[in-house]
Amino acid sequence: MAQDVLLQTHDLTMRFGGVTAVNHVNFSMNVGELRCLRGPNGAGKSTFFKCLVGQLAPTTGHITLNGHEITGAEPHEIARQGVAIKTQVPSLFDGLSAAENLRLAARRQSDRPTTKAKVEEILELTGLTGQANKVVGQLPHGQRQWLELGVVMASDPDLMLLDEPTAGMTHQEVVQTAELIRRISQGRSLIVVEHDMQFIRMIADKVTVFHQGTILMEDTMENVMQNPQVRDVYLGKQAGSNS
Amino acid sequence: MKISLETAGLLAMAAIGVVLIFVLPAVAEVFLLFDLTVFIVMSILALSLALVWGFGGILCFGQSAFFGLGAYTYAVAVINFGESTIPIVLAILLPVILAIVLGYFMFWGRVSDVYLAVITLAVSLIFYYLVGASAGSDYKIGKALLGGYNGMPSVPPINVPGYPKSEIVYGDLYILAASVLMLVYFALRWFLASDFGHVVVSIRENESRAALLGYDTRIYKLTVFAIGGGIAGIAGTLFTAWGAYVSPTVFSMVFTAQIIIWVLVGGLGTLLGAIVGCMLIQFATTWLGETKLADINLILGAVFVLLVLFIPKGIVPMFRDFLGPLIRGKTSAEPRSNNN
Repeated sequence: MAQDVLLQTHDLTMRFGGVTAVNHVNFSMNVGELRCLRGPNGAGKSTFFKCLVGQLAPTTGHITLNGHEITGAEPHEIARQGVAIKTQVPSLFDGLSAAENLRLAARRQSDRPTTKAKVEEILELTGLTGQANKVVGQLPHGQRQWLELGVVMASDPDLMLLDEPTAGMTHQEVVQTAELIRRISQGRSLIVVEHDMQFIRMIADKVTVFHQGTILMEDTMENVMQNPQVRDVYLGKQAGSNS
Repeated sequence: MKISLETAGLLAMAAIGVVLIFVLPAVAEVFLLFDLTVFIVMSILALSLALVWGFGGILCFGQSAFFGLGAYTYAVAVINFGESTIPIVLAILLPVILAIVLGYFMFWGRVSDVYLAVITLAVSLIFYYLVGASAGSDYKIGKALLGGYNGMPSVPPINVPGYPKSEIVYGDLYILAASVLMLVYFALRWFLASDFGHVVVSIRENESRAALLGYDTRIYKLTVFAIGGGIAGIAGTLFTAWGAYVSPTVFSMVFTAQIIIWVLVGGLGTLLGAIVGCMLIQFATTWLGETKLADINLILGAVFVLLVLFIPKGIVPMFRDFLGPLIRGKTSAEPRSNNN
């Protein structure tokens, strides 16, 4: 059973001056799991992600991936260990074409023919075949989001971190994205930060709720929805708080 | 269709290059060739910054440091050795080593763009004052007197490797310099078209995304910086050999600013632009100097302001944006990675 654990954090803490964005978080997930992270703005979800991918070196605590310590490692080292992220605001090579973006993601670990096949497959999967040679900076927001999902896929990671993959999308696009995520999650492990309850219901089985930098609860979507504490966090009691 | 167009463009450019290299010396007068040679040498220097800044995204304000180091290394070494082969190798190697050492501290220390520009400029100015303070008979390396601000005169020319008596001067030096320019240009085209080159361009576009895909961006930037240093070193060598003279002005603020202007005028993010910008400005400077129509700096300053206002992308991208759709018969934007 212990072999099945993919990612674990022990007492992970990230402080910025006097603000503690992530506060002694003990998080664990298994291989093949699709986990949802929820929590109001400022709950520490994005900071938690940044610690996981090495963009921030945690103040204290440890992160292990497949049993290997990755705490404070450089982003490229963690990426090579098999972690890929779709950031909240799409982070792409805006001056390059969609195909070139995917090629760069795939080429590091694949030979030329495999890369070519993979790029074509992902363009097809994300519905971007017609946009393959377009400059990414000129694509509409929804397509940029999908392309970034594709870029994450193309790097063939063990663990995908998706930070608000449906942000700014229409309902139709949200449904399409849910379908896309369900398809790419086959045989992979994912953590998805998302606010959209319907969306979470469409994709995830287990939900972790963040609040003020700590894990408030971890359960199925149904139980989380019915939990009065979670409701309070999102509604009444936290209305006056910015944390 | 697109590939064949690009290939056709490259072939046409190579053909024009070969004609200019070998036909011009037969028909042109020596003083024109002499002027052209230094324009070509400066174009090689411009190419080095076009690579480092335009493709590597590294705003190096002190590309003159590598050029000057190459120029001085060649002068000092060739005066001591009496034969140019080893001095040329040293004049490329030393700037590369300087770039690696400097780059290591800047890229591993995560120095941001503006500070990087300031640091590189400071390095060039340190050289300027250091070499400037080397007047007098005490300051010599082997047989070579450094000469302070007076510089080093009577530097021996480049010779055919192994034959110190077979000097490469005037028309021959023109052929050599032009061949080196073509070689550097096509080598850089090849480099930028390689997988390594694609990653370099991706780092310019979005460094943090490149790192998140598993690329160690520091190594890529260091490599580009070192290649740029080496190319600037080659240009420095040819410059000293051309004039048989080198002085600290090669490290000066005015000179290093010129390199940036050449690249900007021609078009940042293109290789051809660096050559076009450099050639145009130097021709204009020479012409204004000869005709004495107006103050050179006044005219160049005005031209530069107008260019920045009306053609901010530079001359080559302007022509490409205008002519590209006409040739291809469509208006879709091209990815920037193809703008070599």
